[in-house]
Amino acid sequence: MLKENGIELDELYLTYDNNVIFNNFSLSVQTKQWVGILGASGIGKSTLLKAIAGLISPELMNITCQGEIAYMAQSDLLFPWLSVIENILIGYRLRGDLISPALKKETLDLIEKVGLSHVQDLFPPALSGGMKQRVVLARTLIEKKGIILMDEPFSALDAITRIKMQSLSAQLLKDKTVLFITHDPLEALRLADVIYVMQGSPATLSKPLVMQGDKPRNFNDSVLLSLQAQLLDQLGAQA
Amino acid sequence: MRRFMPFYRGLWRLLFIFSGLLIAWQLIISLFDIPPYLLPSPWQVAKQLTLQWQLIAVQSVPTLMETLLGFVFGVMCGCSAALFLTYVKPARLWFLPVLLISQALPTFVIAPLFVIWFGYGELSKIITCVLMLFFPVASSFYDGLRRTPQDYLDMAKTMGASKARVLLRLQVPNALPSLANGLRIAATFAPMGAIIGEWVGSSRGLGFLMLNANARMQIDMMFAVLFVVIALTLLFYFAIDFGLRRLIFWQSVN
Repeated sequence: MLKENGIELDELYLTYDNNVIFNNFSLSVQTKQWVGILGASGIGKSTLLKAIAGLISPELMNITCQGEIAYMAQSDLLFPWLSVIENILIGYRLRGDLISPALKKETLDLIEKVGLSHVQDLFPPALSGGMKQRVVLARTLIEKKGIILMDEPFSALDAITRIKMQSLSAQLLKDKTVLFITHDPLEALRLADVIYVMQGSPATLSKPLVMQGDKPRNFNDSVLLSLQAQLLDQLGAQA
Repeated sequence: MRRFMPFYRGLWRLLFIFSGLLIAWQLIISLFDIPPYLLPSPWQVAKQLTLQWQLIAVQSVPTLMETLLGFVFGVMCGCSAALFLTYVKPARLWFLPVLLISQALPTFVIAPLFVIWFGYGELSKIITCVLMLFFPVASSFYDGLRRTPQDYLDMAKTMGASKARVLLRLQVPNALPSLANGLRIAATFAPMGAIIGEWVGSSRGLGFLMLNANARMQIDMMFAVLFVVIALTLLFYFAIDFGLRRLIFWQSVN
């Protein structure tokens, strides 16, 4: 029996342009687990997330999601005509939900937590890449969904900002079930409880690499670095 | 004040071009010895303007009214059509030809019909104007609405947004820069639409004034009114452009 906020995916069959991308593919994510999927570009990682999020309909899919899903796409997707705070609350606007004083207060607290209080009334074009990503994080959090899907969330950031954003996300999303995809082995090693490497066509997952310890893991840990080398080898071997 | 700088620079450039054209005009007249009944000199036109300014000013009022109302209704019709096409997708196949036909109709041929159908007054001019603006507004707005990034729509879908709210909150603001281009074109078409409407049949307005001047071979008067038309068109264009820049503030940030 699947617990709350878990994902159980089975028998996924999906073709694109007459190519079989997934054939009898399965994946399961446990409650509050962080699962990272590594793989080269174009292998179907984003497609997998979109299928789980219900954005595309595969030919065949047997999926059980115990809980609601929030989806963080690859680009930051902020709306330039809305201020930071309006961008964070866009989900409520799009559903026509009432924005109660309590929710407003919660949003302001969250903005403070992600360190954006000083820019909350600015518009996205005035923000740096890291700030934009913080807005996205706040927007995802305020949606209050149990399951978060992240499609290469920090790939557009510079190395230092990326490390910072990983730490902040690990801290703020620690009670969530997270499935993320990335092409950066270090990102997977720092954030995931279980890492899979996705490869081949149709795509298959490697044996799970189970990580120990609290997230975010320290990036100069020697075990982590040797695992990074190992994963890079594994990714390089398929390319 | 910095954001107004390009506008001032544009104004200087405009003055420069304008005086250059005036000098060229005078030179052509002097060089080829053109008689005033074929092409009056800038000096003669300026004289007409100062002598007749009251008449011209009075006759500008109906033309301006027609331009403004034609612009407002034309933009409303164009925007509604674009929203309708976006919201009701099956309508596209049926309605798109209508849009094209509206543009294919030669305005000069259809304008006299409007006078017959809707009378000598302002209404026929406003409708001519609306017909001219409909296509550029509808097509630019529709194009912008259609080009909503798939990522925006995906995000809205995962957030459980309704179709109408996606249209209103994401697609419309996202299409505003594209609509603005259509509105700028419409701003230059609107006075033209009013003048064409007046030209084919009216009892007042700048078009009427030009028609009379033309019939009486008062070429200097004709040119004087023409200058006023150009000035009004430019003024209207810059006013619309100024408003649009403020409305679509996020485009000028970068």
